[in-house]
Amino acid sequence: MTQTMTAPATTAPTAPDTAAGAEILLRALKDQGVEVIFGYPGGAVLPIYDAIFQQNAIRHILVRHEQAAVHAAEGYARSTGKVGVVLVTSGPGATNAVTGLVDALMDSIPVVCLTGQVPTHLIGNDAFQEADTTGITRPATKHNYLVKRSEDLARVVHEAFYVARSGRPGPVVIDLPKDILIGQAPYTEKPEQPHRSYRPATAPQPEQIGRAIALLKSATRPIIYVGGGVINSGDRAAEALTRFVRKTGFPCTSTLMGLGAFPSSDSQFLGMLGMHGTYEANLAMHGCDVMLNVGARFDDRVTGRLNAFSPDSRKIHIDIDPSSINKNVAVEVPVIGDAGMALEALIEAWDNAPTRAPDIASWWAQIRGWQAIDCLKFTQTKAKGGIIKPQHAVKRLYEITRDLGRETYISTEVGQHQMWAAQYIRFEKPNRWLTSGGLGTMGYGLPAAMGAQVAHPDALCIDVAGEASILMNIQEMATLAQYRLPVKVFILNNQYMGMVRQWQELLHGSRYSESYSEALPDFVKLADSFHAVGMRATCIDELDDVIHAMLAEPRAVIADICVDQKENCFPMIPSGAAHNDMILGPEHGTALQDGRAAGLTDEGLVLV
Amino acid sequence: MNAITDQTIRSATISCLVDNEAGVLARVIGLFSGRGYNIDSLTVAPVDDGRGRSRINVVTSGTAMVIEQIKAQLDRLVPVYRVGDLTMSGPHLARELALVKVVASGQTLVDALLEAGRHGARVVDATVASFIFELSESTDRIDIFIAALRPLGLAEISRTGVAAMACGPDTI
Ligand SMILES: Cc1ncc(C[n+]2csc(CCOP(=O)(O)OP(=O)(O)O)c2C)c(N)n1
Ligand SMILES: [Mg+2]
Repeated sequence: MTQTMTAPATTAPTAPDTAAGAEILLRALKDQGVEVIFGYPGGAVLPIYDAIFQQNAIRHILVRHEQAAVHAAEGYARSTGKVGVVLVTSGPGATNAVTGLVDALMDSIPVVCLTGQVPTHLIGNDAFQEADTTGITRPATKHNYLVKRSEDLARVVHEAFYVARSGRPGPVVIDLPKDILIGQAPYTEKPEQPHRSYRPATAPQPEQIGRAIALLKSATRPIIYVGGGVINSGDRAAEALTRFVRKTGFPCTSTLMGLGAFPSSDSQFLGMLGMHGTYEANLAMHGCDVMLNVGARFDDRVTGRLNAFSPDSRKIHIDIDPSSINKNVAVEVPVIGDAGMALEALIEAWDNAPTRAPDIASWWAQIRGWQAIDCLKFTQTKAKGGIIKPQHAVKRLYEITRDLGRETYISTEVGQHQMWAAQYIRFEKPNRWLTSGGLGTMGYGLPAAMGAQVAHPDALCIDVAGEASILMNIQEMATLAQYRLPVKVFILNNQYMGMVRQWQELLHGSRYSESYSEALPDFVKLADSFHAVGMRATCIDELDDVIHAMLAEPRAVIADICVDQKENCFPMIPSGAAHNDMILGPEHGTALQDGRAAGLTDEGLVLV
Repeated sequence: MNAITDQTIRSATISCLVDNEAGVLARVIGLFSGRGYNIDSLTVAPVDDGRGRSRINVVTSGTAMVIEQIKAQLDRLVPVYRVGDLTMSGPHLARELALVKVVASGQTLVDALLEAGRHGARVVDATVASFIFELSESTDRIDIFIAALRPLGLAEISRTGVAAMACGPDTI
């Protein structure tokens, strides 16, 4: 069925550097620095699997579902700053990967996904396991390729990696017909010249930096709002950000994707902003007079109602993607370029500008006042047998891992637990936080933690999960077992699709339609059957012991933490409400009016 | 800033130079349909010797903010070399070619021929019962020509959509 063609004697002497397409592919991957591929085999990609079998440079991790392969590659990419690589077969292999691709697109994660395809002469014939992969993935990727000629193969692979990591990173698909993989193909080296058409600008324009500094120095109520672009830009950007924030003395807040870009323990950090952001971050965004956005995109989770978003501020926006500028929010000073380079330019210009740093003492006094509200406050009973508050479980997980001092990577699924993780876990460094922000993909966390664990075998990789989300890619427990990846799955089991239940409570008169997690598996037994270790905490006196045991366990763990089913995630800015229409929750005496939360409007109800 | 909050809808003629690769047109069209932008007219054809590059001309409409978005979105497509907004960058020419068939008899057919002459259209096919006229003009003038033929046996229209270029020495 398959054959490898290792430089047969019949090769024309004029083409010395040729080999079977599959081998050329692997060689190009190796030259791109690829160390690991997350994949799943099938008929169309058998030549690649055969070539993988015959080499040792690149490791293959066999996942149990192609969606998980992409999320694992995302976790690998996000935790290393490298490009993640996926290999799937044609047809269902490719369609299964689509959710992961869109996830990577929305969160700007560099991934190269190799998809098998039926041989070129059968394309379009509804052949077995044929899908129009380039057609299906066109809006799901940053770019995609169908390799129709052997001579294009190596060039396309090199180009795909360049496109995936350059500018605003994203997923790139290379669709590989089987005849291209089997037939002889020439090898071409990584190109030296710049790409002919795709050359995103990275150096910020000096005059825009000058305008930004003038604005920042004139501020009396400034704020720095950072996003995932700082993480994508790399460690240098996070370091520059930290220096700039400390130099200016300005308050700093972060999007969900930006957590870790600035150290959370710093007194200038106001926590996450947005729908479930802190009171102080959102009010500071609302009340600021100058806003510096670095690598964030004014997403609707962050802005709330657009026409009420930060009404009195003049805005500076640093982004590598010109289409992010003025997409949702009009800004006065756009700076197009790499976040790290722009921040370094800002530092230099700040120092060189003759104007003194603004006096923002009264602004800080106001912010400290908002912080005093303690918006993340919750009450955990200490009584024996007392029910565990999910916030407390996350807080203890954070404190115990922090005290342990091991290098720690946290991923999440999607729901309330994700928001609690974002609120109560403090990240001091970039690339340690892996979450599905833009697409909000349940099932992301386990494979993402797996990808991070592959990249960092000695680190602690924890998936903070919900009992509903975890079932969406639970099959990856088998992958953990096969490769002895000691990922810890920390389930906040509230027996509800908690985030859905919360919206139903606040927006739909507490009619809990289909949001109860009926017929759950026994997670302890489930762990056991997947060769992992299962643990459970049912009340407060068991919580710390379970966390300690989980962290001490050298194998993979599922810790089933039974938490309060009725807990809601606050603060909350309901969809379509303004930042100053935040609901603070029962700790702060917020009640429902007419079965609906304050600040909710009928217009808001149509929003997601 | 005012340009961004301005809600008036304007028409824009955007030209881009693209790699002449399979799927490039689908990327451009997908961008418009996926993001809900209008396409009033779209043309594409190779424009260099080796047929390696094509020029796509799109006539679209939207607020200033939307038009800026369209340009930025086009520009970040990998196979796109350059994007030019002809409407914004000064005077430009926009032409399309129309083939218009009239089927009539007697005086009506004669009137159609006279009408075509008045608009500067050429007769490219003639039978005892029909004419095909060819007219290369701006979109507006072609609209007027077609309207004039409507009572005179207008039977079929085929239009190319707009090819456009900036006036003077500047290129995109
Ligand atoms: C694939 C997918 N389907 C549906 C949703 C909508 N959704 C968002 S949160 C959520 C509930 C998640 O429940 P669980 O994992 O138990 O987390 P909890 O909110 O209870 O912490 C659902 C269904 C989604 N985000 N992703
Ligand atoms: Mg739940």
